[in-house]
Amino acid sequence: MDSDVVIAEQHHHAASPALRHHFANPEQQKEASTVGMWVFLVTEIMFFGGMFLAYFAYRQAYPAAFASASNKTNLWIGATNTTVLICSSLTMAMAVHFAAISKRTLLVICLALTLLLGGVFLGVKAYEYHDKWVHHEVPGQNFECEGCVDATHTPLFFSLYFGMTGLHAIHMIVGVGVLLVLIFQARQGRFNAEWHTPIENFGLYWHFVDIIWIFLFPLFYLIDRSGRGLS
Amino acid sequence: MAAHESHIVPKWIYFTVFIALIILTWVTALVSTVNLGRWNIFVALAIAIMKASLVALFFMHVYYSTRLTKMIVLSGLFWLILLLFITMADLWTRNWMGVPGR
Repeated sequence: MDSDVVIAEQHHHAASPALRHHFANPEQQKEASTVGMWVFLVTEIMFFGGMFLAYFAYRQAYPAAFASASNKTNLWIGATNTTVLICSSLTMAMAVHFAAISKRTLLVICLALTLLLGGVFLGVKAYEYHDKWVHHEVPGQNFECEGCVDATHTPLFFSLYFGMTGLHAIHMIVGVGVLLVLIFQARQGRFNAEWHTPIENFGLYWHFVDIIWIFLFPLFYLIDRSGRGLS
Repeated sequence: MAAHESHIVPKWIYFTVFIALIILTWVTALVSTVNLGRWNIFVALAIAIMKASLVALFFMHVYYSTRLTKMIVLSGLFWLILLLFITMADLWTRNWMGVPGR
């Protein structure tokens, strides 16, 4: 009797190759992967949260230094790059959509567009870093900040700027690497309506990185832009 | 809660959210050039929270997800709020009493 049940179960599973045998049904399997990904993202929230806390604590301690230093970032480049990243989030959301309805070509196109827009974002970021480097606004021996108030503490702003946008950029670079693999697998037709968990979970990761930028943008580019605290 | 069959989110929702995100990005950029005094930071962060919520709810499907997933997301936010607000409450209020060594 027992062995009949086992055989019947195995037969049932064989009908759905996407379902791993330790899950009861596809819904449970999907929820397990989604919850697992979100647990990882929660650790990422806490990881970035520590840096946000450092930003708020030092901004509270040295408001004048932060106000004048934040005017050194270029508002329009920042807004444009935010737009680029939001476009990449849209193409990623569409990629998940096309994976879920088994449209292989459209899935590959959307993943490639996401890769392209992620690359554009990183390129613009590299341009901004280079600009800071040329103007000696990188903390260290040759640091100088023309027109900045409270020169002792302005390097703190730039340390946090490079630390936080740098950590964000590292996440983007990791994302670009994973995207290359996913595009390769998608071209082979690995993903379909029945199973496309890597696409879904990578989508969560990519949107999460977008959310981090959504907070970095106001903190480094927008606050104190209106000229308060300028010398 | 959406049923399993209706899991596929219609495309128009993605495009609506996308347009809202773009508009909010440029609104927050333009508003930052207007001097609102100490309100600049609150406006900028309020718009950022709106944008992040749109991304999480619709692009990341939290709105359509199971209660377990929602609870994990909210617990992450809860601990983040504890981290930020308890520490900042200390820093904001430390010099109220004029105690030496603040």
